[in-house]
Formats: sequence, structure tokens, C-alpha cells
Amino acid sequence: MNLWKIALRSIQSRSVASLLTCFSMALGVTLVVSVLVINSVVAETFNRNPGMGYDLVVGKKGGDYQLVLNTLFHLSRPVENLPYSYYKEFVSPEGKFKSLVSRAIPYCLGDNFQGFRVVGTVPGIFDPDFEYGPGRKYEFAEGRNFKQSEFFEGVVGATVARETGLRVGDTFSPTHSFAEDGHVHDDQFTVVGILKPTGTPNDRALFINMEGFYLMDNHAAEEKPPAAKDDHAGHDHGKEDHGNDHGKEPAKKADEPKAEEKKADAKSGCESEPEETAVLLAYQAAKDTGHEHAGHDHGHSHDHSHAHAPREPLPESQREVTAILVRGLANNPMAGMMLARNINKGTEAQAASPVRVVTGLFATFVDPLRMLLIGMAVLVVLVAGIGVLVNIYNSMNERRREVAVMRALGARRTTVFQIILLESILLSLFGGIAGWLMGHGLTWLIGWLWLADTAGVTVNFWQLVNVDIGSSGSVKLPLELLLVGGLVGLASIVGYLPAMAAYKTDVAKCLANSP
Amino acid sequence: MLELENVKKSFQEPGGGRIPILDIKRFALAAGEQAVLVGKSGSGKTTLLHIIAGISVPDSGTVKVDGIDLVRLPEAGRDRLRADKIGYVFQTFNLLGAFTALENVQLGMTFASGKRDESWARELLGRVGLSHRLDHKPSQLSVGEQQRVAVARALANRPKLLLADEPTANVDSRHQQQIVELIRTTCEQEQVALLMVTHSSDVAGQFSRVEPIETFNLAGVA
Repeated sequence: MNLWKIALRSIQSRSVASLLTCFSMALGVTLVVSVLVINSVVAETFNRNPGMGYDLVVGKKGGDYQLVLNTLFHLSRPVENLPYSYYKEFVSPEGKFKSLVSRAIPYCLGDNFQGFRVVGTVPGIFDPDFEYGPGRKYEFAEGRNFKQSEFFEGVVGATVARETGLRVGDTFSPTHSFAEDGHVHDDQFTVVGILKPTGTPNDRALFINMEGFYLMDNHAAEEKPPAAKDDHAGHDHGKEDHGNDHGKEPAKKADEPKAEEKKADAKSGCESEPEETAVLLAYQAAKDTGHEHAGHDHGHSHDHSHAHAPREPLPESQREVTAILVRGLANNPMAGMMLARNINKGTEAQAASPVRVVTGLFATFVDPLRMLLIGMAVLVVLVAGIGVLVNIYNSMNERRREVAVMRALGARRTTVFQIILLESILLSLFGGIAGWLMGHGLTWLIGWLWLADTAGVTVNFWQLVNVDIGSSGSVKLPLELLLVGGLVGLASIVGYLPAMAAYKTDVAKCLANSP
Repeated sequence: MLELENVKKSFQEPGGGRIPILDIKRFALAAGEQAVLVGKSGSGKTTLLHIIAGISVPDSGTVKVDGIDLVRLPEAGRDRLRADKIGYVFQTFNLLGAFTALENVQLGMTFASGKRDESWARELLGRVGLSHRLDHKPSQLSVGEQQRVAVARALANRPKLLLADEPTANVDSRHQQQIVELIRTTCEQEQVALLMVTHSSDVAGQFSRVEPIETFNLAGVA
């Protein structure tokens, strides 16, 4: 029989007290593991690819936190809008930012569907070749991407599909503003695709054709004379309570495309051409040659449009975008930085780096909170450790006779010291293992019930928290291993007092006093 | 096997003075020999056993077990010698309640330097008639069975000397006889020297060598 077994038997003989002690230790460890895992998962989700494939988020001058959180994470309220002409600076061949940009996706925000954000954008957002994270591309669980030519098509994220029950072929009408009880638009969008889960906030959004978005009531901006190219100051946005009013008047007719744009359009297949501009030009060309969609009434206003009869696109002069997601040139690592500097020099727009914003957010808010939670959890473990001490120490009075008997059978002082220390370690380890399992179970449950839906964060049961060790950080060590080491250390410390009591037991006296 | 010479032991009084407990000029026990130690309460019998077992140390003198002077050994050495060469049967059995009968016997060999042989523990329990009680906890055993487990445990480390401190004090007369016979027979079979302390004249009467402690302990309290 070895010393471990002797220690184990001793624990078993005080099963109720030992169970309670283990349970208190387990609760402490559950708390530590839960805090570590959730923090790690959330941090990993935010930090793994905070830009979701984009280097910059461009929007109206204001707070960069609000711009990034609102645009990429679908949190908070949108900033005000930029004129459409500003967006064209990124995508038109002659645009002043075009030379530094490989990709620019417009975002039009201001509507929701059952509380989920509705994003008016272009089909290019789900390009099959585009990686929103390393090796991660958008895929459709059902259906397909929406088409630029079909104004009232949309795609829904995985969580939205699950929560709302929307399926391919269903229709939905967005609600104006971000209040679920706001005005429901008359226009209906048809779901043509459901995205596979991405583990990003996009799981919780609906993406509709920007052309359809513009045609909904109150989504057209007031027509203004073109602003100076370098300065869009004075552009008036946002009069209504949702903070992102797209205007008051519906579209009346499409602008005449400029001669240069027509020329550019002739270069069919040019990747730099904005898709929606191409639609405008195609529509105009069709109109010019009399090949309009049959039955389309150009004089109508859009308040009747439950049926998706072809309608005129909104003129550029009445268009706005809430934000632009920008990726710099892949072969120019400085492109993003140069672009941000150029944009921020102007007075109208700002460029925010998602990486910088997320890092700042964590450093400012999340890290201190995490440290506080970890500190509290460690305190709970320490209290549980004291529970182990009390449990063993209280039992020492009744166990002195046992210690004396073992000594009389030839056990050395150091041997009985080890046995008591092993008891403390075993109690802590049992509690620690139970707490570890409970912690992972709890975080898995929290992830499944709550985080996946609200934050697009997935938690696996066996999600281990790693820490980087070594100067390069190339070696990762599961933090839970350190936790085991910490528990053994704690158990050794709290086990020391009762172990010393065993060590100092006066054998002759205890045997003489035996009942 | 056991030799004591000029062994003196005293305890300190609360007032500062010392009370002599033992003053033994000479006492010896040959290998395989069996003797019984009798005497009044407080005559130093248990103290003598503790000194022979190395649990206590005398103020002076020599205590040799199998030729090794315990007094000269450090505490760890005495522990080792006790674990390897001495068996001890207590008055109150002192079985550990968390362990089964088999585990209690195995505990007797856990601290010894020899092989931890479970089959030997089973055999010992078989010899004391408890083959069917191996997995029973002490609380599930009768008083007589508990004492038999205690005897088996004392012999588990194959000792050269068995010390038994009033092993029949807490059992009835029927069990008294059985236990004494068990200890004596087992010691004979294993060629173990036996020194037993008892108050009982019935028990003492079964031994050919009876040593009243007063005859060789010159301490005043005797």
C-alpha cells in the first residue's frame, strides 16, 4: 500500500466533509476557468480578425469606436452618412483613393428586422474568393448570393435564419430605424440565400441589395448640388430619431450618367467598377434604347411596391452610404496606412482601423474587467484553499491517534507529513478537476445559450486557454496546466500546517492516551 | 535478541523535579523466547515497551535489538529499525477505521524496507481465521476479530521481536485465551521473540518466563 492510497482512504473516511471541501474548491476553479475561457474566446473572436478581411472602416467624422462597432460588430447606433460621391472615390477609376484600394464595400444602415441589423450593400461582400479571416470564406448553407440586378433580394446570416425562421424563398420587410416597433417598410425582400455560420457578427445580420435599400421610403437623401471633390463639409444628414435618415423624398428619376462613366462602363468586366454604378448605367442604357422592363411605370412612387416590378434606381445625387469597408492593396503593406492618413486629413470622413479600435477597446475596458474578475476568482480559490486547511486541520485532533499508530508501525515523521500533504493535494485536485469540468461545461452552456446568438461567438467544451511563453511567443502552454500547478502549490501551502501537526505528534503520549 | 543495560528513564514534574520511572540494570530476551511482564499500574511497563520499540529514548543506558543499539540511532534510524524488526500489538487494537482488515495488515509492512507482499498479508489473516473478513472495516468486526487483525498486522513486517501491551485487557475471558494462544503460536511458528505486558494472572500463567517488573526495575515508584 502506498502513501497515496493511505491519503485517499483518509479522505474517504471523512466523506461528507471532504465532499464539501472539494465542492467549495470546485466552485472557485469553475469561476476561474469560466472567466479565463470566456475572456479567451471573446478576445480571440475579436482579435483573430477584427476587420473581417478589411483594413479600414471609413465613415463620417466622429468616434472611431462607434464607427467600427456599429459597422463591423453591428453594435451601437450608426454614425451619420457619407455622400455617395465619396464612396466613388474608392471605386471609380479616377477616384482619388482608388490607387491604394483593392476592395471597397459600401454599407447602408438604418433598418432592422426583428431586432437584427439590415445592411444594404453590394453582392461583392460575399465574393466566393474573399477571405474574411485566414482561410475562411463566406459560404451558403442554402441558396445563393443576391444579384445586383435584382433590387429586392437579400441574404440572411445563420443566426438570423435560425432565430427568425426565414428560409430561401421567404420574404421580409425591414423596419425603419433600430427599434423593433418602428415603421415597417412596404417593400418586401426575397431571401435567396442563407449563409453558413461564420462565427462573426455577420451571422446576426441580413444583407440586402443596396439598390432595394435606396428605393425604400425615406431612404433617399435630399438632392443637393454636387459637393467639391476634396471637401464634403456641409452635407446634411440624419434628421430622424434613428440617427441615420436617408432622406425625405423618394426617387423621381435616375441621373444622367456622366460621359466618363459611360466610357468606363464600356470596359466590361473591369473589377474596379462599382456594381451599383454599373446597374445605373445598364438601366440608363436600357432606357435610352427603349429596352425597359415591360410594364414598369417610371412615374410611380414606391409606396406600392410589394410586387418586385422593375423600378428606377435612385439617382446618385440622392444616395448616401453609412460606411465603407476598405481593404488596401495586397502588394503594398503601407497602403492601408497611407489611405487612412489621406482620408483623415480631410474634414468630412474618417478612417478607423478595426485592429487598433479592438485593441484599444480591450486595453481600456475588457482587460481591467478581466483582471478584476480573475482577481475575484483567485480569491474564491484561496478561500476554498483555506477550507481545505480547516477541513484537514480540524480532523487532526481525532487523527493524532492514527498518526501515532502509523509512527508505532515504523512510519517516519516525514512520512506522516507527506501523507497529510498528499491529502491536501488530493482534495484540491479533486475539487480542481471537478471545477475544471464544471467551468468548461458552464462556458459551453453560456456559449450555446447566449454568446453564439448575441455576440456571434462559439465556445467548444474543450476550449483550452493558452498562454504564450518564450520570447517569441511561439510556444503555447494551456493556462489550465498552470492552474493545476497553482492548485498543487496552494494545497501544499494550506496542507503545511496540519502536516506539521502530524509531524510533531508525540507518539508515546498519544498511544498512552488511547481509549 | 533484546538486551537492556543500565537503562534509566525519568519524567519531569510540573514543579521542575524529575520522577524516576525506570532503572534497569539488565534485562535480556533470547531469539524466539517468550516472556511476560507483570506489574502494578504505573510501574513503567508501557514506558519500557516504548523504549524497546524506539518510540521513546532512555535518559541513559543501552537498548540493543538484534545487536543494534537503539539509543545511538537517530530518530529516523529507530523508526526504520521498528518498521523492519519490531511488531507492536496495542491494548486498544488501534486499527485504522478507514482501512479494511487486509489494508490494516498491509499497513504493517508499508513502512518497512522489505517487500510489500499482499499474499503474506492474506496468509496472516488466514492464520488468525479471518480469510472471510479481508474486506471488512474494523467497525464491521467483533472485538475478538479486531484483536486478531491487530496481531496479524504486528507480524506483517516479519519482525524479530513482538511487543504486546496488554492485548487482552479489553476482551472477555474466552477471547483472552484465544488471543494469547494466537500470539504465542504465531510467534513460535515465525521464530519471533515475544515480550507481553499483562495484568492478568491467567495470561501470565501460560508463560514459562514471568518477569515481575519490580524485580529488575529499581526505580522508586515501582
